[in-house]
Amino acid sequence: MFVSSIKHKMPEQQPEIRRRNFDEVALGYDDTTAKAEASRCLQCKTAPCRQGCPVGINIPAFIKHIREGDFTAAIDEIKTKNNLPAICGRVCPQEDQCEKFCVVGKKGEPVGIGRLERFAADYARARGRKQKVILPPEPLGKVAIIGAGPAGLSAAGDLARMGYKVTVFEALHAPGGVLMYGIPEFRLPKEIVRQEIEELKELGVEIVVNAVIGKTFTIDELLTEEGFDAVFIGTGAGLPHFMDIPGENLNGVYSANEFLTRVNLMKAYKFPEAGTPVHAGKRVAVVGAGNVAMDAARTALRLGAENVYIVYRRSEEEMPARAEEIEHAKEEGVEFRLLTNPVRIIGDERGWVKGLECIRMELGEPDESGRRKPVPIANSNFVLDVDTVIMAIGQGPNPLVQQTTPGLAVNKRGNITTDETGRTSKEGVFAGGDIVTGAATVIQAMGAGKKAAAAIHEYVQNKRKGARNSQ
Amino acid sequence: MFTILKKQELAPSVKLFVVQAPLIARKCQPGQFVILRIDENGERIPLTIADFDRAAGTITLIFQEVGHTTRQLGRLSAGDALLDLAGPLGKATHIEKFGTVVCVGGGIGVAPVYPIARAYKEAGNKVISIIGARNADLLILEQEMAAISDVLYITTDDGSKGRKGLVIDPLKEMLAAGEKIDLVMAIGPVIMMKSVAEVTRPYGVHTIVSLNPIMVDGTGMCGGCRVSVGNKNKFACVDGPEFNAHEVDFDGLMARQKMYHSYERREHRCGGDCSCHR
Ligand SMILES: Cc1cc2nc3c(=O)[nH]c(=O)nc-3n(C[C@H](O)[C@H](O)[C@H](O)COP(=O)(O)OP(=O)(O)OC[C@H]3O[C@@H](n4cnc5c(N)ncnc54)[C@H](O)[C@@H]3O)c2cc1C
Ligand SMILES: Cc1cc2nc3c(=O)[nH]c(=O)nc-3n(C[C@H](O)[C@H](O)[C@H](O)COP(=O)(O)OP(=O)(O)OC[C@H]3O[C@@H](n4cnc5c(N)ncnc54)[C@H](O)[C@@H]3O)c2cc1C
Ligand code: SF4
Ligand code: FES
Repeated sequence: MFVSSIKHKMPEQQPEIRRRNFDEVALGYDDTTAKAEASRCLQCKTAPCRQGCPVGINIPAFIKHIREGDFTAAIDEIKTKNNLPAICGRVCPQEDQCEKFCVVGKKGEPVGIGRLERFAADYARARGRKQKVILPPEPLGKVAIIGAGPAGLSAAGDLARMGYKVTVFEALHAPGGVLMYGIPEFRLPKEIVRQEIEELKELGVEIVVNAVIGKTFTIDELLTEEGFDAVFIGTGAGLPHFMDIPGENLNGVYSANEFLTRVNLMKAYKFPEAGTPVHAGKRVAVVGAGNVAMDAARTALRLGAENVYIVYRRSEEEMPARAEEIEHAKEEGVEFRLLTNPVRIIGDERGWVKGLECIRMELGEPDESGRRKPVPIANSNFVLDVDTVIMAIGQGPNPLVQQTTPGLAVNKRGNITTDETGRTSKEGVFAGGDIVTGAATVIQAMGAGKKAAAAIHEYVQNKRKGARNSQ
Repeated sequence: MFTILKKQELAPSVKLFVVQAPLIARKCQPGQFVILRIDENGERIPLTIADFDRAAGTITLIFQEVGHTTRQLGRLSAGDALLDLAGPLGKATHIEKFGTVVCVGGGIGVAPVYPIARAYKEAGNKVISIIGARNADLLILEQEMAAISDVLYITTDDGSKGRKGLVIDPLKEMLAAGEKIDLVMAIGPVIMMKSVAEVTRPYGVHTIVSLNPIMVDGTGMCGGCRVSVGNKNKFACVDGPEFNAHEVDFDGLMARQKMYHSYERREHRCGGDCSCHR
């Protein structure tokens, strides 16, 4: 049989159409293409791809089911390890994970593992297929999860499957974390996030929204008054950084978090049908070149901006965003101003942005991170004519929980410190995801949630055994 | 869902709700606020917790109808429910026995000042309150403030009640007369808080204001509520909302509050020319 050396293409909306709508860009495989792509897998005995998957999906096994046309068996296999496959299939950087290790990728392109995972999840979802769950009559214990992002949701799903009574406390009005407020609709439709979380609820997971831990309850209250056996903290890296340059408080300057939250969580792109406004000007500068910057830039285009610039102090090579995201942004017309660093935001007499003063940079010696350090070129300042500036230069840990939890150790950047199983310095308290690692990926957060769930299980059972023995 | 148990009109376009919210009532302290969302399409807006009853599990919100969401809120009745209510948010007021505390409330600002003034009183302070409004009809919580204040001054812009003039007038006189004031707490329109800061600055009287920038999440993740305090950016929802008045960039705050003016008008589909808009 002829096996293609390249991945089967996934159909996409054309750039000139999609750049003005919020519909999903990538359209997914059909049955035939999925089977054909699945046939590219060599079913390696050692399955090197599996070492690249932070949640340990049995990749060849689910791919085999797809090849044989048993799509529901495929999703059942995935779901034993991954609670949110329709999401991971869409947003994981597979080129750095499972697909990086795929044997087929040595000679040609690796097997499209992510696309196949997405296909199986969508297939099951479209048919309303539910998982079979048998819960024990008596729960094994009560666990509180703080934050309904990928880390918290994955810990919740695993613990519920093991037989725990799980309550997730989420500060916002909708669960999902970055999946809901950060990653845009056109990459990850919110309806899919909602449905995937609904399935978790069917496992018996209770989600309490509008509950800001540190304010509504403290961790100590959850462990004592509320009677939880253990707590998992998955509060993410939600604190936006600004540059501390003049003009940052002018009207028309946003953190990427605020801009994306208004558009994604609050649906400002439907204003005034939805009550929250957003100001997307005609000419928008997005500072930074990670995935967050690409998302903000592509969102600004879809809100009707005429020119959208990515302003980045290093060169194309150092851009942290995924190659595919950069490609998509370019196709849609985002303009790149590389080796360019903002020094000041210029306002008009009414307090609105009217320009971004930048300085040109050149690359010097490599720094600690091994990347060549950008240095300003004297007297090369110029003004970019923009009316909106979006800061996408990174996020720090959300400090609310740390500030109100005595005895919880954090490092100098404010991230919670844990051992490799997710145990913190405080008994009964576990943590994982971006709050521990700093801004990382969805699947790494899920992997951390999974590990912590196992550690929580061990901890609670030991504690209960201890309690029984001393009786 | 958070049920509205009681609704009362305090003044034209100023309404009071008592809302069932046991988790918030359990924990809240004077100076804190909530973020609410009326329905699925709704915007998240911040309102101060004007009172609470821990035993009954309720909180009181007092709001002025100034735009789309607050007017929609004003149309709800007892028995209706709010979809989302998050809180208590922000730092609580620092309450201790300072000596003499002057509490200044302008317009709708009297609502947030009330629980704070009461807490100062309960902590053993001498509480002098100054409350003001444009006219007598718009004055709220007069009885409540009288009950917890050692001295109460009332001012109206047009003289229809109390003294004619601004809330800063009695404050200026007290300071000029050399009255010993240990702390001033002022809440109201930004322009009023700014004038209070200017009045107390030369006397070096510690002055606290509660800021009301535009907010989205209210939990510190967007920075939309940032204000410059002592030349440093602070997020009012987590670092505040109360700050040292002598360090606040009030002009910057006022400019940022206007950010969505043109959008707010579009929302009314009236082009902004109808009587609903000032
Ligand atoms: C715009 C954007 C695009 C991205 N794109 C990708 C991508 O394509 N692929 C990828 O793999 N990764 C991507 N990432 C990174 C990825 O989203 C994160 O690494 C991941 O979401 C981290 O998960 P988490 O569960 O640790 O935290 P989060 O997703 O941040 O979730 C934390 C949750 O905790 C809640 N919370 C915080 N404090 C409290 C509190 N005190 N009480 C209660 N709840 C609280 C928050 O509201 C939030 O819901 C992107 C990130 C952003 C911002
Ligand atoms: C911590 C905090 C506590 C508050 N407590 C109260 C309270 O107890 N009672 C009360 O009536 N109001 C309070 N406010 C103000 C209240 O949030 C706004 O009036 C409300 O968001 C306006 O929403 P809207 O849709 O009705 O009006 P919009 O249509 O959004 O705006 C109408 C007008 O109000 C201005 N505005 C918008 N948002 C705010 C804001 N957050 N603060 C001030 N002006 C704003 C707009 O620029 C516009 O001029 C508080 C604000 C904060 C930040
Ligand atoms: S490494 Fe590639 S070819 Fe081998 S089992 Fe995994 S996906 Fe299939
Ligand atoms: S409202 Fe978003 S950080 Fe304060």
